[in-house]
Amino acid sequence: MVKDTNTKEPIQDTDYEVRSLHTMCVNESEHHEGFVGNLKYAVIGLLFGIVFVKSEVVSWFRIQEMFRLQSFHMYGVIGTAVVVGAISIFLIKKFKIKTIKGEAIEFQDKTFNKGQIIGGLLFGIGWAITGACPGPLFAQLGTGALAVIATIISAVAGTWVYGYLRDRLPH
Amino acid sequence: MSNLIEFIRQPWHWSVAGVLIGLTVPALLILGNKNFGISANLRHICAACLPANIPFFKYDWKKEAWNLFFIGGVVIGGFIAAKLLSDPNDVQISPSLAASLSQYGITDLSNMVPNQLFNWSTLFSLKGLFFFVVGGFLVGFGTRYAGGCTSGHAISGLSNLQWPSLVATICFMVGGFISANLIVPFLLGL
Repeated sequence: MVKDTNTKEPIQDTDYEVRSLHTMCVNESEHHEGFVGNLKYAVIGLLFGIVFVKSEVVSWFRIQEMFRLQSFHMYGVIGTAVVVGAISIFLIKKFKIKTIKGEAIEFQDKTFNKGQIIGGLLFGIGWAITGACPGPLFAQLGTGALAVIATIISAVAGTWVYGYLRDRLPH
Repeated sequence: MSNLIEFIRQPWHWSVAGVLIGLTVPALLILGNKNFGISANLRHICAACLPANIPFFKYDWKKEAWNLFFIGGVVIGGFIAAKLLSDPNDVQISPSLAASLSQYGITDLSNMVPNQLFNWSTLFSLKGLFFFVVGGFLVGFGTRYAGGCTSGHAISGLSNLQWPSLVATICFMVGGFISANLIVPFLLGL
């Protein structure tokens, strides 16, 4: 077994969905919330799941329509969500709104790497085939489309293979 | 009360859904300084179940357990919406899509996913291999390579005016256009 010569710089973790990886993490909540504390996120998720299904964002058909430019529906949903999110973040920054536990809400900037292009294209291809991005996959499962379990397991496998190959992929 | 349930049962307008999905961003920030991003859960599942000494999966995933609770809620929300709040009518899709899908034998519009495609017998066929396994793999591999999905990049990232998220979102769309117009019709014909 050849030992890794370790000449390459480690790839910076630009994955801002996983906060605990940032060594310079400034805004990770200091509070350990435990099971009961985490339940509030389950409630938000539950409401979010209902919205996903009722607005047909989880519909495979709606995704096909979006990418075939046959309907405005998905563009309307995503566009409105971005505008509402942007206004919210603007207000949080302007009025220095704190969390319910009194912590300052801070934001980290995202750094660019080639993964956003290559990974983005690959995800886009998968999105149109499965008719679901990761959130809707879980909501589809909830609606009773049990065969979607196979898609979720494959998505976990895809993430695992990315982690395995990460050092060898262009970033 | 029954009027309210009837009202909720109708399919929701895109603007209502957009506002509620957009509000998830500040809700998670204000509740606990959390970034809205769903695909990270796929990584947490790897870290929890099969880290295999891979550096990318060696972190304290329990700190991110809130997000696993969030997707658990999404599954239950999907169940409630489908069982208690569902609209008995078919999904209203554009006539041109309906016409083109019917060429491939997809005529059942009663569910969120086409029943004629997303079933157990298709799963164990060549078509199923692409629609479930290859498609799912690309979703998991691509989102992590890109550092986020529709929620992390397109919604959270764009809301915070992050240009790398705009690059990612454009690439999601380009991939989707190519796939839905060229690859999906081919796969449906298998």
